Amino acid sequence: MSVGTLLENWSEFRHFHPVDDKPHDPYKWAMSIDLDTCTGCNACSVACYAENNIPVVGKEKFQHGQQMHWMRIERYWSEDDREFPDQGAQFLPMMCQQCEAAPCETVCPVGATNHTADGLNSQIYNRCIGSRYCSANCPFKVRYFNWYDYPTVDNVWPAEMTRQLNPDVSVRGKGVMEKCTFCVQRLRAVEVTAKSEGRIVREGEVQTACQQACPSSAISFGNLVDPESRVHKQWAAQQVVLEADEQEKNKEHGTSELRGYRILEELRPYPSVMYLEQVRESAV
Amino acid sequence: MKDIREDIAWAKINKDVLVSLENPRKMYWVIVFSALALFSVGVGCEVYQYNVGMGVANLNNPNVWGLYIATFIFWIGMSHSGTLLSAILHLMHADWRKPIYRFAEAMTTFSLMTAGLFVMVHIGRLWQFYYAFPYPSERWVWPNFQSPLLWDAMAIFTYLSSSVLFLYVGMIPDLAICRDNLHEGWRKKLYTFLALGWEGTDRQWRNFRITYLTIACFLIPLAVSVHSIVASDFAMSQQPGWHVTSFPPYFVAGALYSGCAAIITLFIILRYVFKFEDYMTKSILKKTVRLTFAIAMVWTYLNAVEFAAVWYGHDVDAKQVLIQKATGPFAPFWWGMIFCGSVLPLILAFKRFQTNIPVLFAVSLLLNLGMWLERWMIVAPTFSHGYYPWVWDNDQWPSLVQWGMVMGSFGWFTLLFMIFCKVFPSVSMYEVKEMVYHRSLHLKKDETAEQGAH
Repeated sequence: MSVGTLLENWSEFRHFHPVDDKPHDPYKWAMSIDLDTCTGCNACSVACYAENNIPVVGKEKFQHGQQMHWMRIERYWSEDDREFPDQGAQFLPMMCQQCEAAPCETVCPVGATNHTADGLNSQIYNRCIGSRYCSANCPFKVRYFNWYDYPTVDNVWPAEMTRQLNPDVSVRGKGVMEKCTFCVQRLRAVEVTAKSEGRIVREGEVQTACQQACPSSAISFGNLVDPESRVHKQWAAQQVVLEADEQEKNKEHGTSELRGYRILEELRPYPSVMYLEQVRESAV
Repeated sequence: MKDIREDIAWAKINKDVLVSLENPRKMYWVIVFSALALFSVGVGCEVYQYNVGMGVANLNNPNVWGLYIATFIFWIGMSHSGTLLSAILHLMHADWRKPIYRFAEAMTTFSLMTAGLFVMVHIGRLWQFYYAFPYPSERWVWPNFQSPLLWDAMAIFTYLSSSVLFLYVGMIPDLAICRDNLHEGWRKKLYTFLALGWEGTDRQWRNFRITYLTIACFLIPLAVSVHSIVASDFAMSQQPGWHVTSFPPYFVAGALYSGCAAIITLFIILRYVFKFEDYMTKSILKKTVRLTFAIAMVWTYLNAVEFAAVWYGHDVDAKQVLIQKATGPFAPFWWGMIFCGSVLPLILAFKRFQTNIPVLFAVSLLLNLGMWLERWMIVAPTFSHGYYPWVWDNDQWPSLVQWGMVMGSFGWFTLLFMIFCKVFPSVSMYEVKEMVYHRSLHLKKDETAEQGAH
């Protein structure tokens, strides 16, 4: 453990974002979510709970705000004169935006959250000491802390359901931070298979759990640097650029035909999730 | 009104201070046992939280920081006046500090120890807190040097070790006096060991002066940097209400402020409990009060600067947070902070109150309440009114476990402090002698004073 090692590792560990010294090659996982087709059914959220062994904290802890939904459906009411139930609602699925210049990464005292070469914002549970600084600095507030030791708490996973836990995903103990991983276990599996076959992952070879569960196909997910991928085509059609801090849609001040935007872009976290603005009349 | 009586004999100084190690007033034991009880409450809360999980503190997502961080800043702030009194005023040759700097330094050390505890109780996996240090690891894993929390860990440990050293070095001549005057027993052994064979030779005094001055000079930038770094925890983040350039000086001013108020509180307690009326005189109290008033105004000014910068700036989100502080669920506490921190100290400007001990005792406690509220109002509102609308309707109220630990920290601090004052001389004997000597120099022509001085 020398200072030389430190400096060498350091240059690997941190570099300017968005990355120009290290291009995303061959993968940059990204997502796009069409708010026009989202019906707010919560299937994505349920699928996420099942896939990622997320503890179901129960009514009481939920009321204390200690819920763990990596994928949450936010509900915004239209501000018109109509009363509920005629009042329109808009839904927005929100999960970790896998920012390229993630505010959470720089503040972690132990380096438990880092950027991977394929553009994910990773969380190392074993390294996390639970200072919760990452959550404090996350503009989207999509990080969830294990307030209790959920694997030992009653009824988090009822006895008859313990067999449904996903063996590919670790179960988190108390005192660590967790968040959406873009289903990294699935990504790693296909990446390894593809590598062993001497190719890169093909479009459609991998889906995230939320994407798989979405009945209206509002979520698309894939490799942004692969010109054949649906995500790449969607981002390109909307002229949304990963390393830009303002997109075409916003530059045109409301007159644009474009629908693609990223949330809180002005803070320059360079998120990997593009949202497509809702254009239809609000769902009732 | 004089800072100290000029005709006070050196032997009497020794005797008066040494007696504080033997028989304080009954009030001493009342304070020690109340502190112990309070501390036990805190320990109970921590044991419960450790076993059940952080959730019992009623923190939630996204309100992940609560009273622990607020109280942590409070105690770090408290630690600053010791350095102010002993190091800065030492360099400025303000000799009125001499009878009171020892306990102020002890306050520095113990409040740092208390602050350190809050880092421990705050983190989710207490048993792995050492990950935050760059310790040699066979896995070659380093902490993240970009994180202000890591700077914090380093700054606090450096400051703590330096201030312990400063406190100890400054005490060596006094420890020798204790060694020479006390009867046999464990204390005598302790003082003999700690006095390092001090005999008061010229050479020893010369080395002592140089060492003391060197540490004092080392400590001042350290004290400023520690609280600036704590401020960086907030200022370096991206959140509205925290992302403020003026935070480091604002935090340092707040730190000196709460520390000075605490010095007044402890001054009054020690003066009574250990019968130090001859040394902790009202004149010195008055000077401390004036210093506190000046710092209170600096703090008020920096507060106004921050509000104005936010109000007239273009950061809409920061402005929303400020409006929410003044009108939202935190409004009573926020206005309480303004009242205790900026309005209440105005009475310190009146000469009538500058030596009125009951009034000063109450005011100094309220000033620190205000400063504690200030820290809470820095931490909490940003979480309930950040950038993202989803967090806006979150209303988080700290549970009794959090309050218990905050109370416990006051018990822990008082306990350490009172034990220190009973075991070690809390008034610096040799410096008071110096002070008396210098004050009596103008009587030099008087033969008797001449003899008395030597």
